[in-house]
Amino acid sequence: MKTNGAAALIKSLEMEGVEVIFGLPGGAILPVYDPIIDSPIRHILVRHEQGAGHMAEGYAQVTGRPGVAMVTSGPAATNIVTPLADAYMDSVPLVVITGQVGTKAIGTDAFQEVDTVGMTRSITKHNELVTRAEDIPRAVREAFHIATTGRPGPVLIDIPKDIVDPANPNSELDWYWPDSLDLPGYNPRMEGDPALIKAAAELIGQARRPVLYAGGGILKARAAEALTALAELLDLPVVTTLMGRGAIPDDHPLCLGMPGMHGNYTAVTAMQEADLLVALGSRFDDRVTGKLDAFAPHAKIIHVDIDPAELGKVRRPDVGITGDCRLVITELITALRDLGAPGNQPDRSEWKSTISGWQETYPLTYTQSEPGELLKPQFVLEQLRDNTPDDCIVASGVGQHQMWTSQYWKFNHPYTWVNSGGLGTMGFAVPAAIGAKVGRPDKMVWAVDGDGCFQMTAQELVTAAAERIPVKIAILNNAYLGMVRQWQEMFYEERYSEVYLSPDLPDYKMWAEAMGCVGMRVESPEEVLPAIEKANSIDDRPVVIDFRTDAREKVFPMVASGTSNSDIVIGPGES
Amino acid sequence: MPAPRRHHILSVLVEDKPGVLARVSSLFARRGYNIFSLAVAPTDDERFSRITVVVDVEKAPLEQIVKQLDKLINVVQIDELAPGDAVERELLLVTVSAPPETRGQVIELAGVFEGRVVGVGFDELTLVLEGAPQKLDDFAELIANYGVVAMQRTGRVALPRIERRSAQLSAADEAS
Repeated sequence: MKTNGAAALIKSLEMEGVEVIFGLPGGAILPVYDPIIDSPIRHILVRHEQGAGHMAEGYAQVTGRPGVAMVTSGPAATNIVTPLADAYMDSVPLVVITGQVGTKAIGTDAFQEVDTVGMTRSITKHNELVTRAEDIPRAVREAFHIATTGRPGPVLIDIPKDIVDPANPNSELDWYWPDSLDLPGYNPRMEGDPALIKAAAELIGQARRPVLYAGGGILKARAAEALTALAELLDLPVVTTLMGRGAIPDDHPLCLGMPGMHGNYTAVTAMQEADLLVALGSRFDDRVTGKLDAFAPHAKIIHVDIDPAELGKVRRPDVGITGDCRLVITELITALRDLGAPGNQPDRSEWKSTISGWQETYPLTYTQSEPGELLKPQFVLEQLRDNTPDDCIVASGVGQHQMWTSQYWKFNHPYTWVNSGGLGTMGFAVPAAIGAKVGRPDKMVWAVDGDGCFQMTAQELVTAAAERIPVKIAILNNAYLGMVRQWQEMFYEERYSEVYLSPDLPDYKMWAEAMGCVGMRVESPEEVLPAIEKANSIDDRPVVIDFRTDAREKVFPMVASGTSNSDIVIGPGES
Repeated sequence: MPAPRRHHILSVLVEDKPGVLARVSSLFARRGYNIFSLAVAPTDDERFSRITVVVDVEKAPLEQIVKQLDKLINVVQIDELAPGDAVERELLLVTVSAPPETRGQVIELAGVFEGRVVGVGFDELTLVLEGAPQKLDDFAELIANYGVVAMQRTGRVALPRIERRSAQLSAADEAS
């Protein structure tokens, strides 16, 4: 069947089962937008290309399916660089299609030309400049395969205009759909090595103070149930990293919550005092380890990761297993049982009681506001947590509000927490929440955002209003770049340099209303619950609540940058 | 230009596709690995090229370099060649100052190293020399006394040394 590159591209996306594209058209990608009119694929018109990328990420994180974004060349490609880098850091499966100037114009500094594949080489799992129309179906098939298998990640396809423009003979091709892939250099290992799995099982059997260190890889591998089964088999405590929150329910007695720079005392200290860390889809990020040579000094390491380059990158494992977390954990459970588990395990009652002692002594705390004071952000989060469905999806931006959300929310279901962990992209929340709601329209989706973050991507609420995507945004408006303020207070002698934003400029309520949302403002504790309930009842448009919060409030516990996790600071003036 | 002691040779089979060399070299730059030399050429299979890269493993563990390289979709196979386990060759071109009074010495020195004269001027000669990198290092050091106008080396290519049972034959190979 004779076809053209544009039709073939859209047809290829349909063949991959794509249900939604987040995008914004422009010159070079124009021909591809024509067949979208006749395609069953839904297109969501964003207001800025960065929004398209983060929406695709939010969609991918809650559905497990690849997010798809499509934008034009030049500035559109540079605008989507941030989401690509974000998705690369957090292993989010994305397929991003960029337009490019015609093949003859490439390299001539043509209008809206940038070297997109060159720019994105180090922030994509793979990318390709397609130069012939006949390569389009193959390139799309490969992109989806690479993005979704092994360690997931973003793949970019750059498409010159002439090979998709039906008016240009370069766009002609005979339609085909490749039934096999020719990727001789790509063969991710899924199954763990049985000998290593046995060695891991034996090491676990010797541990008196083991901790399961579960990261985002658990969620990427759909291994949440397997993780819980492993923990329950041997009664092992589990910490869930920022990217792994929800991998085991927060209300599970074995879940210790989040470790790291702003982790809770028990999670941080359990890792620090452990004699065995079983790292599952986690990567010993600097925000988790603190000062590396003081991290978990007594612990032997079992490290399971789909990406062999993670094994030994930061901390040398005693047993390193390359493989898919779900398969390896399942095999590990079998190996443990073969060795006689749970009956053969050493007595760990002392470790258990030590941990529960920490939990009792060092819970998360804050002091409720006095009458007339601004809201405590932790109080707002508790109210939000307690008055939304148990499986509510929550997205966040980056900063204090993100840490408080991770600390105070109860993630009792996997795939309900959407945030920017590795790259730390301010402005992530609004578009990611929109993408999440598109992917899971059956679930309530809240974004918890900071006022600084909100100003970076708020325009996507216009998209949400126009497309009737009823996300709900809670701005914790403390009128500051809060995390920067916290560091300036603690480490720069309270010299506040360029962090004040003003609570009233912009007027968030009016801004929300101007964007077609319901806007509310909340200043006192008794107004919090009614506002949340009102927001929950609105299902035909986005809602924005401007919560006026106390800028003096800092995120604790805290392990100061460059210090040991053993030097965790519990709260203001404490250690 | 002596090779650093802890250099290691990676023989990297890659798909012959646009941008593959840029992927490899930018990976090294991005991860902070030092490339000592790099040579790339087609193989007998037209789908693949071979990149021979000599890395400085003082700065990063070889294992991590190999694993990161292996993550590139277009990298098909990586063979690590320890210096003792490889046959290495390199080509050197040098234009050297050679007025009539020293010209004979320069030609003689080139002859000792089995080099050839490939260009002749009134006061200069261009020489070509092929051999193991150490031999080229030695020659470069000696020829420097005569005044080097320009010198270019290709970077080394390498293949695994063939293992044979006969110790005598191996010894002969070492001597070459």
